[in-house]
Amino acid sequence: MSTAAAAPEPDTRAAGAEPARGEGRFAVLQRVAQGELGSLRVLFGLILIWGIFTIANDRFLTATNLVNLALQIAATGMISIGVVLVLLLGEIDLSVAIVSGLCAAVMAVLVEQHGWAAVPGIAAAIVAGAAIGLFQGSVVTRFGIPSFVITLAGLIGWQGALLLVLGQTGTVNITNPTIVGLAGTFYKGATAWIIAAVVVALFALASLDARRRRLAAGLAAATPAVVAVRVAAVALVSFGVVAVLDQDRGLPLALVILIGFVVVFDYVVRRTRFGRHVLAVGGNAEAARRAGIRVDRVRIVVFVLASSLAACGGILFASRLLAVNQSSGGSDLLLLAIAGPVIAGTSLFGGRGTVWSALLGGLVIGSISNGMDLLALPSSTKYMVTGGVLLAAVVVDAAARQRRQRAGRV
Amino acid sequence: MTATSGSASGGEPLLALRGVSKRFGAVRALDRVDFDVHAGEVVGLVGDNGAGKSTLVKVMSGIYLAEEGEYRFEGSERHVGGPSDATALGVATVYQDLALCDNLDVVANLFVGREEVAGGAGGVLRALDEAAMEKQAAELLETLTVRLPSVRQEVGLLSGGQRQSVAIARSLIGEAKVVLLDEPTAALGVAQTAQVLALIKRLREQGLGVVVISHNLANVFDVVDRIFVLRLGRKAGTFAVQDTSHEEIVSAITGAEFGGDGRGNGRGAEEEAAR
Ligand SMILES: Nc1ncnc2c1ncn2[C@@H]1O[C@H](COP(=O)(O)OP(=O)(O)O)[C@@H](O)[C@H]1O
Ligand SMILES: [Mg+2]
Repeated sequence: MSTAAAAPEPDTRAAGAEPARGEGRFAVLQRVAQGELGSLRVLFGLILIWGIFTIANDRFLTATNLVNLALQIAATGMISIGVVLVLLLGEIDLSVAIVSGLCAAVMAVLVEQHGWAAVPGIAAAIVAGAAIGLFQGSVVTRFGIPSFVITLAGLIGWQGALLLVLGQTGTVNITNPTIVGLAGTFYKGATAWIIAAVVVALFALASLDARRRRLAAGLAAATPAVVAVRVAAVALVSFGVVAVLDQDRGLPLALVILIGFVVVFDYVVRRTRFGRHVLAVGGNAEAARRAGIRVDRVRIVVFVLASSLAACGGILFASRLLAVNQSSGGSDLLLLAIAGPVIAGTSLFGGRGTVWSALLGGLVIGSISNGMDLLALPSSTKYMVTGGVLLAAVVVDAAARQRRQRAGRV
Repeated sequence: MTATSGSASGGEPLLALRGVSKRFGAVRALDRVDFDVHAGEVVGLVGDNGAGKSTLVKVMSGIYLAEEGEYRFEGSERHVGGPSDATALGVATVYQDLALCDNLDVVANLFVGREEVAGGAGGVLRALDEAAMEKQAAELLETLTVRLPSVRQEVGLLSGGQRQSVAIARSLIGEAKVVLLDEPTAALGVAQTAQVLALIKRLREQGLGVVVISHNLANVFDVVDRIFVLRLGRKAGTFAVQDTSHEEIVSAITGAEFGGDGRGNGRGAEEEAAR
């Protein structure tokens, strides 16, 4: 917290004179200490977890298992993106897991039993999710009821709807090739390498464009060396992932979809007016209202997005498991979907966090879950470990908030 | 720092209230109050607790609607039906409880609710023009000589004085002509209070009309051109700082002895008795 201690001491230089310092070497350290500590912590945590499970079971770090891991986190991570949005707002949505099951059931019944094509079926599932979000968000804002209560009611109510939609047999098998293909498609060889290359190229272009804009406005920008290092890091990760997964079935389409959604929603949160309003409402709703932001509308849109993303996650789940049944969206899915982002540094208190925490946190919690499966640990242990990890993450979050409150005010 | 007061109060007032009244149930929070602020003038609004200072400021900022009286801006009567009407006229309010988002940086706070987007297609998904906002923020803070570690610093990590400075600077992003400040130094230490008072003087130098509520008469005498005293919802007088004294202001506030322009005189006793 050295940065916080330094902050109350007014700097002797005028901010106007050198706004550029925001990109200086000291500022980088500051930012690591403030925000990006979350990502670093996750990275170290991941290395630790992978180390432990590799020692415990040498099958953990194989290409086959890593492809499985990627498939496992794709669906949960998708749901977690919506959870991140809701958490940024300072709210919670306990219905996301069951909504994912319900929407997948809607799709499965329409496609497998009523002969709908895959695309309209998927669209219907997402629309159903959006409608649920619109309903829950409207009730939360209209009556000022805490979102935790409304979505808890949803958690139970939509479970009933799921049973209703599935009907007598209680399970619908998925045979539609398009839907099966979502989790069953893998890119090997040249295709996978081209996808990785496109990702790296887009990142490089975006970085250079941001730099050009800042320079054009007369502000200091990242030096070419810094841009090069960032691009190299992204290239290393992208090509590394492809290289590993290519040894088995290849790069899963589901992972590509998840990363695509993460990139899009990260852009929405950090770069658009809507995203800024979400952060403002999460930071200080009253200030946002006074600044002319339509707070209720922002809240409702976020609930709609969260439920729609839950539907997308449910579809990926159905595709991987080749069925929707009465336990879809149940078990520990809710816990995993919320724990992921929190572990990776998205605050439960609103206003702080990133969409990437959905992916990174999903990777952490998915690795723990996957590793324990490989070790054939009993459910009792798995539940307690997962709960313990979430508890630890929440305590770290709350402690950081207390530190900020003590350091921030004079 | 009273040099500008003479010329400022000479012309037409920028913002003027005429015969404004506001009740809360049986409480007459404002009773036929006349109030003026000119361009390049700092008016100190003083009075005992419950005198109606905050209510008067809220009428000016459009939060409360007066039951009677006129709201005049730049010489003509205007209808102000809500805060957005006042903002549109150029009346900016700095709230007592600092309406800042601690999780956002200085630039984001200065522009919250009126973010700039880069041109081009894409509707709601157009990218924010961070570079333009950062540039404007830096220029604004420079003209106000507000000193911060970085414009990209999270506001929650700033000191109280720095936060108050950001809150005041924020009101200037949207072309404000009048700035209303309710107890801007109430929660601040000595050095930080000095910082904020200096900022208020700079607002005057920019030609803005400033209304500042304060309990601290030393601060008021340091920074304002004119002191407007409210007592039990009524105007108890208005005093040019160079022609008055602490004692005169205190007695206008409490209703004892001397009145500023005679209005406060004589009413004090009967109202003391009525309490
Ligand atoms: N929202 C309100 N509801 C009821 N009474 C109010 C309200 N706001 C102010 N008042 C009353 O109006 C009078 C003036 O209050 P206020 O303007 O806050 O005084 P000051 O800011 O000078 O201390 C007080 O008697 C107060 O109790
Ligand atoms: Mg008050």
